[in-house]
Amino acid sequence: MPYGLGIAKGMMVTLRNLVRKPVTVQYPEQRVAQHHRFRGEDFVWYEERCTGCASCAKYCPQGIIKIVTAPSGEMTQEGEKYKLEVFDIEIARCMFCGLCVEACPYDALHMGSGFERARPRQSDLVISVDELKASAKKPSTWFRPQLQDRGYDPFQPGDDVSWQDAGREKSVAPTYEEMLQRWVQGR
Amino acid sequence: MNLPSEQITINLGPQHPSTHGVFRLRVTLDGEVITDVEPIFGYLHRGTEKLAEERTYTQIVTLTDRLDYTSSMINNQAYVLAVEKLAGVTVPPRGQYLRVLTAELQRIASHLMGVGFFLQDLGASGTPLMYCFRERERILDLFEMLCGARVTVSYMRPGGVFQEPPPEFWPAVRHLLDTTPDAIAELERLISENEIVLARSKGVGVLTKEKAIDCAISGPNLRASGVAWDLRKADPYDVYADMDFAVPVGSNGDSYDRFLVRVMEVHQSIRIAEQCYRDMPGGPVRSELPFFFRPPPGDAYAHVEASKGELGFYLVSDGGIAPYRCKIRSPSFINLTVLAEMLLGWKVADLMVIFGSLDVNMGEVDR
Repeated sequence: MPYGLGIAKGMMVTLRNLVRKPVTVQYPEQRVAQHHRFRGEDFVWYEERCTGCASCAKYCPQGIIKIVTAPSGEMTQEGEKYKLEVFDIEIARCMFCGLCVEACPYDALHMGSGFERARPRQSDLVISVDELKASAKKPSTWFRPQLQDRGYDPFQPGDDVSWQDAGREKSVAPTYEEMLQRWVQGR
Repeated sequence: MNLPSEQITINLGPQHPSTHGVFRLRVTLDGEVITDVEPIFGYLHRGTEKLAEERTYTQIVTLTDRLDYTSSMINNQAYVLAVEKLAGVTVPPRGQYLRVLTAELQRIASHLMGVGFFLQDLGASGTPLMYCFRERERILDLFEMLCGARVTVSYMRPGGVFQEPPPEFWPAVRHLLDTTPDAIAELERLISENEIVLARSKGVGVLTKEKAIDCAISGPNLRASGVAWDLRKADPYDVYADMDFAVPVGSNGDSYDRFLVRVMEVHQSIRIAEQCYRDMPGGPVRSELPFFFRPPPGDAYAHVEASKGELGFYLVSDGGIAPYRCKIRSPSFINLTVLAEMLLGWKVADLMVIFGSLDVNMGEVDR
């Protein structure tokens, strides 16, 4: 290769990149668009849907969900609903795998879209039941494709998703005919 | 005048910028020439195999993301294949195609990272690495679209994949497959004939064919030594048997060949992804399995061609909801065994080139 050709080629690359749009963004001011399926913190929890079955706590690989329930006397179609006294998510150890959301049979728990939760102390990184009750109902559409089909976008300002709207694509609860087949005619 | 000189032992790492993770090399030098190498690892040990014994089969998927954190999809695939073999589960075709598509995208991302850090270790600080990362970012954006996470994906499940991709995923894949070859070609134009790259890596750290086979080296490092061994061809899993692709092979087994084989494999991965995109069948993505399922007592071993080599999972079931034993055969760990042999006699500046060309990931070595 003749001397200087490498430098000329390099300068050509420099010249091309001089007029290119930059790929990087200046983070706190500028942000990269997040997909609405992003699995993040700010868990969205619907008190009306939760029966206190603790499936989420059982499915969590890290075992970071702590649930304490008490009888509430409130009846639902599955029987009695339990009142949640403690629902602590120790988010410092959470790895956002989303298995708790996948496990929830009543679609009460949803992932959020946030990721900026740095705190000086680890004890601050526990989401309590009061915080869950007060949080904005802006669920991520991960594992909830029907929310996306409806055109919902968690990053757009607007109304929160109410507990009646947040459900599964198709009901996993057996129909009356299926129940009849399983428990009466099948025996 | 003959000055008396003695050998010096230095520690490279455990936080050296070019050690690809928390890794320490205790190197004995005679002047600048390496006379003895002792790799010391275990700083990143998290006890994955032991943790797997007390987690259910579905929960372990989240642990496999953290083995080789640059190729989570392929780790997921290796693990779910082992579970499916153990439990005798069949996967719907769409699930298999989605797995192969995502695994190949992940392989591109992982190879780009390997190539980028190799060039970084050569002293090209920043620029080529950023070129590679720019392309890798676009693949990670696709993963975010697919499963909500960029690195720790947990996308696959025993019996298929987690969820149907969103509708906007397909045009995004099309765009990626159209533009990535140009971006890789740009990188190749910059690097492949660069005089400094050639001078620093051609003939450096030669791993002979015989030595590579003796030490059970796998993946691009083995193929760079001239052995055409690829598990996607040799023992096809999922739908690789239907795919048309070539196995790039090097000739000399030096650092440059290892770099070149990775770049050529990126092109082959694009070819496979292209075929997956074209032939993607319809239907369900996942066969229904309960969360707490109990495979019959027995054992199963499944291996895949991961981005670093043969990744295998050996699972033993005693009929419970968690495996009795989970052994991980990680390619980086076994590729590291040959490092000392390759380094002897080379100068300390070549150490980083040779180590970088092996593309070792410490998350997988220490498990």
